[in-house]
Amino acid sequence: MAQGKPVERPLSPFMLGQYYRLQMTSVSSILTRITGNALIVSAFLVVWWLVAAASGPDYFEPVNAFMTSWFGDLIFALSVLGVWYHYLAGLRHFLWDAGHGLQIETAEKLGWVCVIGSVVLTVITLIIV
Amino acid sequence: MVQFTLPKNSKIRTGKTWPKPEGAKNVRKFQIYRWNPDDGENPRVDTYFVDMDACGPMVLDALIKIKNEIDPTLTFRRSCREGICGSCAMMIDGINTLACIYGLDEIKGDVKIYPLPHMPVVKDLIPDLTHFYAQHASIMPWLETKTNRPQKEWKQSIEDRKKLDGLYECVMCASCSAACPSYWWNSDRYLGPAALLHAYRWIVDSRDEATGERLDDLEDPFKLYRCHTIMNCAKTCPKGLNPAAAIAEIKRMMVNRIV
Repeated sequence: MAQGKPVERPLSPFMLGQYYRLQMTSVSSILTRITGNALIVSAFLVVWWLVAAASGPDYFEPVNAFMTSWFGDLIFALSVLGVWYHYLAGLRHFLWDAGHGLQIETAEKLGWVCVIGSVVLTVITLIIV
Repeated sequence: MVQFTLPKNSKIRTGKTWPKPEGAKNVRKFQIYRWNPDDGENPRVDTYFVDMDACGPMVLDALIKIKNEIDPTLTFRRSCREGICGSCAMMIDGINTLACIYGLDEIKGDVKIYPLPHMPVVKDLIPDLTHFYAQHASIMPWLETKTNRPQKEWKQSIEDRKKLDGLYECVMCASCSAACPSYWWNSDRYLGPAALLHAYRWIVDSRDEATGERLDDLEDPFKLYRCHTIMNCAKTCPKGLNPAAAIAEIKRMMVNRIV
């Protein structure tokens, strides 16, 4: 150690799933991130659709065809799931910021509420719409 | 910065498989992270076999047995062997905990042991906690007073003393901070659950007279607000404490003093 050359220390492994155990705490949090970012993308798609509608029939035709195709349906169905999950997770954040539900058992149950609740609400939404 | 892979010098190789103990009937497999600063090679995972009929019940018992009987070069911190010194914190079976109070019977299958996640490694299971301790020091972990010293001790009511329960028990083992994805990726500026729990411990202390300054110091987009209430900290704390709840209380105090 006395030679003065600094030791290049490795970084200990951390990756979720591969090394650190996946848990409701981290999974429900990262899903909030993922749905939030995915919703930005689908919001852009909606804007593109509206812009196309405003630009006239020539431009609207192909865009509308894409949006109403099975692939468009899939994207928007998943977006509904994303909206519901992000909404429920947002409510959970409100509870936490008000100082409630911060015990680990409660927080994990609320995580399950977000996951299962978003699926149920999505199914209901798709049936109604 | 968000990071999903290990840097080149940290990629883990398959290491040595050490011989099985002779004549043992009840053998368990241990996979343990090794890194030696002196050989210039990447980290590796070595495989050991321990005779469970001649081994104590805790993970630390097995580590000490390996060091004594199989491989004296295996390096780890340990001291009190009863969960009060916080030295033997490491990632065991995918969660951070203290090896001395984590039972081998709590683990299914092979026992996988790594140093605390996302830390620079000093050697084998020993992470470099210099930065972690510096962050703790930065929150002024002592009683700050302005009034004249009382003749005897600083008094506190039983109710006020109760507010410190669930906070003062922290042994600074770093399990929580090393379990926090936000701390992994922003530890240069985010204080992390352990330091923030200690910050709150002094903020709620009825005898402390620097609450305002303490809150001012934490009013920062990174120091405090990189906590996104993931709660991996509370999930992993080997002492059963809840840093996430303490941090949420600090955030509430931040709002309450403005509103």
